[in-house]
Amino acid sequence: MTQPAAALKATPLNATHRKMGAKMVDFGGWDMPVQYSSILEEHHAVRKDVGLFDVSHMGEIEIRGAGAFALTDYVTTNSVAKLKIGQAQYSGLLYEHGGFVDDILVHKVAEDHYFVCVNASNQDKDYEHIAGLNRHNARVEFASERYAQLAIQGPKGLPTLQKLTKTGLAPIAYYHFTDGEVSGTKARIARTGYTGEDGFEIYIAPDQAPRIWHEILDAGQEFGIKPCGLGARNTLRLEAKMALYGHEIHASITPYEADLAWIVKLDKGDFIGKGALVKQKEQGITRKLVGFEMTGRGIGRDGYEVLLNSTAAGWVTSGGPSPTLNKNIGLCYLPTAHSKPGQRIEIMIRNQPVEAVTVPTPFYKRAK
Amino acid sequence: MYPNQFQYTREHEWVHVSGETGVVGITDHAQKELGDIVYVDLPKVGTVVEKGKSLGSVESVKAVSDIYAPVSGEIVEVNQLLSTKPEKLNEDPHGDAWLVKIKLSSPGEIQSLLSAEDYQNYVGAEEAGHSA
Repeated sequence: MTQPAAALKATPLNATHRKMGAKMVDFGGWDMPVQYSSILEEHHAVRKDVGLFDVSHMGEIEIRGAGAFALTDYVTTNSVAKLKIGQAQYSGLLYEHGGFVDDILVHKVAEDHYFVCVNASNQDKDYEHIAGLNRHNARVEFASERYAQLAIQGPKGLPTLQKLTKTGLAPIAYYHFTDGEVSGTKARIARTGYTGEDGFEIYIAPDQAPRIWHEILDAGQEFGIKPCGLGARNTLRLEAKMALYGHEIHASITPYEADLAWIVKLDKGDFIGKGALVKQKEQGITRKLVGFEMTGRGIGRDGYEVLLNSTAAGWVTSGGPSPTLNKNIGLCYLPTAHSKPGQRIEIMIRNQPVEAVTVPTPFYKRAK
Repeated sequence: MYPNQFQYTREHEWVHVSGETGVVGITDHAQKELGDIVYVDLPKVGTVVEKGKSLGSVESVKAVSDIYAPVSGEIVEVNQLLSTKPEKLNEDPHGDAWLVKIKLSSPGEIQSLLSAEDYQNYVGAEEAGHSA
């Protein structure tokens, strides 16, 4: 059995993944499973049945106290005022200049308590960013050590998880959550995910994670559940056009450029980055994130150059085969004037320009 | 596992030389490391390749990897099966899913390649190397 290099961080399920024969990789400093059986099989399991992911590398930050609302609203782009207790909201954490610190999920637990789920490799930076802006009499707590997170994703996610909890799952609406129990242990059960499929993400105590992992696999056996790695998580989220930090978004990219205007609420109170966004909205964006499909033979991948009329004009942020659509797809930044669907482009693949065309996104949308 | 009549590279290609032609492929170890193969990019017949230089690429869902020519020479045949069924590389890398045939320009080059036994030891060591 292989062991993670000393420098890599490990989730509470690390030994479980190794025992079960997952292929492990260094993912942003975390020793994580990239695949269990095959990325394609795992991808299809989530689209058709159900897949189980360990996403305990994700970070959690709790914001509590009388100033919790004021601080949370001030550091995020979306309208926290619109959140009801038990609701989750996708949002942006920005710098003053309008670029992303991170993209996050804000859960409203109580009027004076927000639970924020953040990206693994950004969690320390996010915590310092939020805590550093706390002039609101709020308590900001770095809480990642207290939670393991499992994602049960796919059309059979609900019946799988329902076998392990008395909490009625069907009434939990998309992007809502409730606190209950899963298999006898306290769990925050959220109907959220990063796959474009229906499903749940549960937050549990780390020491319970290996037991719950196996119980979910047992419960889902009748539905064809598969343990999944980050490889399938990436192909699934790309089809659903969900952003990945470091790819579609980063410190030099604003929500408007990333086609995430819907998470920016300029009509709410002041927030970090607002000034830059107001200005950018007036001036208009010069580049925009768009989807493409390869029409020539080849796969446009992360970082490849994009050409317009044989001239360098942008870059691919994420790209690869779409197992659901059986096409080679990707996302790229292009000059705004050329960002409409149907634009013919070329992607430089190993020093050869290969034809592609911009297309509407998301690439995949589940039937509701 | 690794046929005795083949010769191997440390970059995980194999070549089976008979007469002046070598059939080239990637090893079972390589296909396992790559995972689901979805695309194979191979040179045209007539292309001249040089030992140790890239002759094409194999792409899995996750990543793209170069294929290095195990011997120098001219490409005389390309396996058409792989343009429509790249997944065959996961199923039969030492057989039906060969990549190209090369007419050797320097047959002496094969002396520097690994035998099946050496290659087996090499990948065994590589796998063991992960478990320090």
